[in-house]
Amino acid sequence: MSLIIAENVSKTYISGEITIEALRGLSFQIEPASFISFVGPSGSGKTTLLNLIGCLDAPTSGTLRVSDADVSHLGRKSSADFRGKNIGFIFQDFNLLPVLTVYENVEYPLLMVQDTPAIERRDRVLSLIDSVGMIDQKDKYPDQISGGQKQRVAVARALVTKPKLVLADEPTANLDHKTAYMVINIMKKMKDESGTTFIFSTHDQKVVGEAEMIFTLEDGEIAGKSAPGGNGHA
Amino acid sequence: MLNLFRIAIRNLMRYKRRTFLTASLITIGVVFVLVFIAVSGSFRNMMVGEITDSFLGHMQIHKKGYVASIDTLPLTMNMGTQAVKKVEKAISEVPGIEASSMRIKFGGMFSNFVETTNVRLNGVYPEDEIRTVPLFPERIIKGDKIIRKGEILVPELLAKGMKVKVGDMIVVVATNRDGSVNGKQFTVGGILESATGPGGRDGYIHMDDALEVLRMDGVEISEIALRLNDFSNLDEISGKLNNILSTELNKEGKPAFEVHTWEKLSPFYNIARMIDIMTLSIKVMLIAIVLISIMNVMIMAVYERIREIGTIAAIGTLPKKILSMFIIEGFSLGVLGALIGNIIGVSAVYLLNISELTFNFGRWQLLLMQ
Ligand SMILES: Nc1ncnc2c1ncn2[C@@H]1O[C@H](COP(=O)(O)OP(=O)(O)O)[C@@H](O)[C@H]1O
Ligand SMILES: [Mg+2]
Repeated sequence: MSLIIAENVSKTYISGEITIEALRGLSFQIEPASFISFVGPSGSGKTTLLNLIGCLDAPTSGTLRVSDADVSHLGRKSSADFRGKNIGFIFQDFNLLPVLTVYENVEYPLLMVQDTPAIERRDRVLSLIDSVGMIDQKDKYPDQISGGQKQRVAVARALVTKPKLVLADEPTANLDHKTAYMVINIMKKMKDESGTTFIFSTHDQKVVGEAEMIFTLEDGEIAGKSAPGGNGHA
Repeated sequence: MLNLFRIAIRNLMRYKRRTFLTASLITIGVVFVLVFIAVSGSFRNMMVGEITDSFLGHMQIHKKGYVASIDTLPLTMNMGTQAVKKVEKAISEVPGIEASSMRIKFGGMFSNFVETTNVRLNGVYPEDEIRTVPLFPERIIKGDKIIRKGEILVPELLAKGMKVKVGDMIVVVATNRDGSVNGKQFTVGGILESATGPGGRDGYIHMDDALEVLRMDGVEISEIALRLNDFSNLDEISGKLNNILSTELNKEGKPAFEVHTWEKLSPFYNIARMIDIMTLSIKVMLIAIVLISIMNVMIMAVYERIREIGTIAAIGTLPKKILSMFIIEGFSLGVLGALIGNIIGVSAVYLLNISELTFNFGRWQLLLMQ
């Protein structure tokens, strides 16, 4: 059973007189435990698509199923619930909470979104911080660590609730090449360890090499689909 | 909950200057209001105490209609022996009344053998009067603090106008109920300080002398002043007395007596009310200032943290929880300011207390001179 099934998904933005067709009837499927990339130039609809998959926005038409649930028409509270249970997020600007330490940022979803018992919480948080190689910095605040380190913390935060799916919208856009590769590799490694599906978008062709499947977006349509790395294990 | 608090406190610490400024504003407001309430409250209570304890009593009982025509001090509206008995019985049935004092009030002529003027007099039983209005002796500014038979306490303005001193002989002439006139010599026993309110500028003589001047056979009483054990039971006790006394009807079938609390008798009640209303509106203003300044800071915080709100919302934090994060933050800010304000305010009031507010007494005198 596919993790994501999109059928003829469209999204049209209307602002005043102007209507923008950001997505034009996309159909695709994504399997569990895969490492997927959406590539396309700026304005091609990557963010729009990831927002739909992440239940942050609803499609104008078409149906979108994520993890067996129809997410095309979720309310505010039920979509928040759904995200909290099923989806992890990684952002272009890292978006760690500045008043929380590395440890607390990773712990946040377990405390505030789910209600995980203290001991289990501690184990999970520490092991994930360790997996992304940030255990020495766990008590630092976000403004005391580098961009690459922040994104590694964000990866740990996205995975701490054991979601079925992690969405990363241009996670490497604010990082230099070397750091970008490192973050992609960590995501890949975490996908292998946890079996969580990762979907990331990028406008940078150079970082997509690790993806098992690449969808190319152009003007809100899927212009191509390729599988460069086979199953990704070199 | 604990963690919402932790995040709230960290966010407050994040904008130290703003938090400090807002908390200071609240602090200053709270201090101001506390001191104001304390000073105005003590002023009010002191004024009320002065009035009730120095001449008015906590409550008064009259024959129906007496208070309305109190300016003429009508002898025809006195209570006779039977009526006084009924009132005394009612007083004994209501617990919480510490003392009562019977007074006969009448108007007469006051002569120093050179000039003559009008005078309003109270005939009282001295022990009862002093137990009912214990500050009365303090109003006697010259002479012994006591009312003796054959002596008169002269109100200070009258004494000044008529140029009489303690020890002087004077004559009081009064018209009794059936229109005949009678006079009696008195020695000036003391000079009485004036007080605001009905009866605040009256002279005092002994009850027996009053009955003699008025040529009364039995005791006739114009008013009975009462003192309660606990002033805060005023409304309850006046209600009970009223209930009992309202069953006593006069010939027209209307209640024979009327019970008035000090509030109905003293013009200072309106000032006291004004103080109460001012205190209330200052409290309301404080609350408004606190709420508006907190709201202001919180609205700023929301705009500054749109991204953070977006992030935690995306992660799946429920809208309710995000809202409570901000509410707790604003609440903590308010509590912080109010707490510091209370500490400072209470210490300020304490300091004012131990430094003895002679200032209050000054105001009291000032008010008397109007
Ligand atoms: N909230 C919005 N309102 C109106 N137009 C939007 C909005 N978000 C995106 N768009 C438009 O939709 C198109 C796709 O945008 P986006 O999904 O952000 O592309 P990408 O992430 O690939 O750069 C763009 O033309 C953009 O201007
Ligand atoms: Mg984008």
